[in-house]
Amino acid sequence: MENEKKQYTVSIYTENNIGLLNRISAIFQRRHMNVESLNTSPSEIAGVSRFTLVVNITESQMKKVIGQIEKQVEVIKAYYHTEDEIIYQESCLFKIKSELLFDERQIQNIIKESNARIVTVNKDFFAIEKSGRKEEIDLLYRELNAFGIMQFTRSGRVAVTKEEMRISTMLEAFQH
Amino acid sequence: MKETQTIQNEVEDTKTTERIPGSEAVVRCLLEEGVEVLYGYPGGAIMPVYDELFKYQDKIHHVLSRHEQGAAHAAQGYARISDKVGVAIATSGPGATNLITGIADAQIDSTPMVCITGQVGSHLLGSDAFQETDIVGISTPVTKWNHQITKASEIPEVFAKAFYIAKSGRPGPVLIDITKDAQFEEFDFKYEKCKGVRSYKPVPSTEENSLKTAAELINNAKKPLIVWGQGVILGKAEEEFKAVIEKAGIPSAWTILGASAIPTSHPLNVGMVGMHGNYAPNVLTNECDVLIAIGMRFDDRVTGNLATYAKQAKIVHFEIDPAEVDKNVKTDVAVLGDAKASLKDLLPLLNANSHNEWHQKFKDLYKIEYDKVIKNDLHPTKEGLTMGEVLKEINIQTKGEAAIVSDVGQHQMIACRYAEFNKTKSNITSGGLGTMGFALPAAIGAKMAAPDREVVMIAGDGGYQMNIQELGTIFQQKVPVKIVVLNNEFLGMVRQWQQLFFDKRYASTEMVNPDFVAIAKGYHIDAKKVSERKDLKAAIKEMIDCNDPYFLEVRVEKEDNVFPMIPTGASVSDIRLE
Repeated sequence: MENEKKQYTVSIYTENNIGLLNRISAIFQRRHMNVESLNTSPSEIAGVSRFTLVVNITESQMKKVIGQIEKQVEVIKAYYHTEDEIIYQESCLFKIKSELLFDERQIQNIIKESNARIVTVNKDFFAIEKSGRKEEIDLLYRELNAFGIMQFTRSGRVAVTKEEMRISTMLEAFQH
Repeated sequence: MKETQTIQNEVEDTKTTERIPGSEAVVRCLLEEGVEVLYGYPGGAIMPVYDELFKYQDKIHHVLSRHEQGAAHAAQGYARISDKVGVAIATSGPGATNLITGIADAQIDSTPMVCITGQVGSHLLGSDAFQETDIVGISTPVTKWNHQITKASEIPEVFAKAFYIAKSGRPGPVLIDITKDAQFEEFDFKYEKCKGVRSYKPVPSTEENSLKTAAELINNAKKPLIVWGQGVILGKAEEEFKAVIEKAGIPSAWTILGASAIPTSHPLNVGMVGMHGNYAPNVLTNECDVLIAIGMRFDDRVTGNLATYAKQAKIVHFEIDPAEVDKNVKTDVAVLGDAKASLKDLLPLLNANSHNEWHQKFKDLYKIEYDKVIKNDLHPTKEGLTMGEVLKEINIQTKGEAAIVSDVGQHQMIACRYAEFNKTKSNITSGGLGTMGFALPAAIGAKMAAPDREVVMIAGDGGYQMNIQELGTIFQQKVPVKIVVLNNEFLGMVRQWQQLFFDKRYASTEMVNPDFVAIAKGYHIDAKKVSERKDLKAAIKEMIDCNDPYFLEVRVEKEDNVFPMIPTGASVSDIRLE
C-alpha cells in the first residue's frame, strides 16, 4: 500500500522569506514529482506563511519529502494529508461572451444550479466565479465549454484539516 | 511573499552602534565570528569588501587562491580539520559560480562553510548586467541556507544567522550574496550573535524510549555490528563512541568520512565498509543480527543493493538529521539527536560484553583479504610500485600522525584503506560528491588550520591537474603542505571500470602528462620523482623532513586495480577480491 500513488495535500508552515518557494519546489523537482497545485498565503499565525500543495505520489515518497521539506531552515513544520482528512476548496473564473447569457437560457440554469456567481457583465463578456471541490469545477467547465469559453482560470487548492493542527502550540514551544 | 526580509534570529548581547559602510560591516562581522582566515578571489562586485580586507589585514588573513573553486575547497579543508567555519569569498557572476562545486561538496559532506559573493548593484538585479548571475537561485539546492543582501542594515543579522546555521546541528554551507550598493551604503553597525532561529531546530529531541529500546536490542544481540560515520567526528563524540564500543565489545566499521574517529589500530576497528571497503565488515553486514548505524546516512556506495542490504538485521540508527531516518534503509529504532549526548546516555544502559566468537569471524575474513589483496598492495613482489606501499611508507615516516588529504579515485580508496589514523579529523577527502581537484586546495586549508600537524596530500595525476594552479597559492602563502601524486598515467578508477565492465575499452582515460616536477619547481616548490622501489623510502623521508612545501611524484603501476570491490548494484556480501 505504501507504494501506491495517492493524492496528498501538503501543508507547509514557513517563515515569510524570499527564496523559500524555490527551495521547496526544488525538492519536488529533483525527485521528478509534479506539483499538481500550489497556493501560498498568510496563515493563522502572524508572520507565518502557509504553502498548500497537491501531489500524486506514494506514501513512502511523501514521508521522505516531508523530511526534506522540514529540513529547510525556514520551514517551521510540514504535514501531509489524505483526501478524507481535509476540507478543501478551489476557485475558478470563466469569461464568456455576453450574448450567450441572453441567447442561451440554459447557461442561466447552469449558473444557478452550480452555485456559481456572476461577478461582472458588460456588453462583450461576463465573468463567472465558482468555488468548490475539483469535481464541481470540472463539471461546470464541461457544461460551459459546450457554449464556448473565452477564458478560464483556476486557483490552487486551499485546505484546512478536519482535525486540529497544533502548529500554534508548537510555535510557542519554539520560542526560547 | 513580502519584499523586505524579516530575519527571525534570536540574538544576544547589546552593543552600541557605529556608522560604517556595508563593506566594513562584512569584515567586522567576520571578526565578531572569530574568523582569522578566509580564502577568495577579488573582482568588481566585491571590491569594496576587499578594500576593507586590505585595511584589516593585521586582523584577518585573506588567502588569494588561483581559482574560486580552490578557495572553496581550501575553506572546506580548513573547516574539516578544525572546529571552525571555513570562509570563502568571491565576486559576482563567474566568481560566484566557480564556488559552486566546493559548496555542493560541503553540502553533501556536511562541512560548515560560509561563502560570501559580491553581486551587481540592486538596481541592476535581473537585468543580465555585467557579471550578474542569480547565485542565490543557483546555489539553493546545494546550500543549507542562502540569502541575498540588498541593504547594508541587513548585514549583521544575516551574517550572525549564517554562521549559526553553518555550524549548528548537521553542519553545512551557507551563501551570502551582497549587492554592491549594500557594500557602499552606510548604516549604524551593531553586532549581535545569533542564538537561535525560530523555524530551525538544529538538534532534534531524542524520543524517550528510543535509547532504551536501542540498548535492549544491542544487549540482546549475538552478532552486533556498528557502522559509524562522520557524525561521530562532527559531534565531537569520539570518546563517548570509544567507551560504547569497548563496553559492549562490538566490532565497528567506518564509512569513508567516519575514518579516524578512533585509531586504525583499535582492536574493535574492523575497517571500512562500502564499495572498496574491507571484506569482513561488508560480508558480515549481511550476517549481523543488529546493525547499529551511528552518524552515517546509508549512502549507496556503502549499502550496495538496498534490496539485499542487512535484511536479516534489526537496524538501530543514531542520527542528528531526521530526514536521514528511513530514507534509504528502514530502521527498527531511530535515536534522534546529537551523537555525543546520545552515546553518553546509551553507555550506562549497555551490558559489558565481548562477542569473541563473532569477532573471530572478522579476523578470519581479514586473513582472506590480507592474503588476496592487502599483502600484494603493501608488500608487492612485482616490479612496479603500488599505491599501497607508498601509503605504508608514509605511515611509517609520519608515525600515523599525519592528516591525509586525498583526492578522488583509486588513490583515494587506497589512502582510506591503508593510511593509519592515530588522531581524529585525519581523513580529509571528498566523500559524497567525489570531487576531483579537491585535495590540493583542501590541503592548503587543512595545513593553515592545523599548522602543527603534518598534512600529506595524496592525489592521482588526473585530479591533481584539476586544480594544479593552487601550487601558486602554496608558493605565495608558503604553506608547508606535502604533495604526493601517484601517477599511473590514467584516470585510474574509470580505467578500472572500463576494464571490468566495458571490455577494456579505455575511452579517454589515458593521460599524457607534463613534467610534474618541472611544474612544481616552476612554482619554487622542492620536488622529486620516484620510479623505483629502492628510492621510495628515502624520497618520502626527504619530503617529511622538509620544512617547506614539497612535491613528490611516484610513478606507480599503470594498470593496478583497487580491490575489494562491490560492483554497482551488487550486494555488499558479493564483494569481489579479484
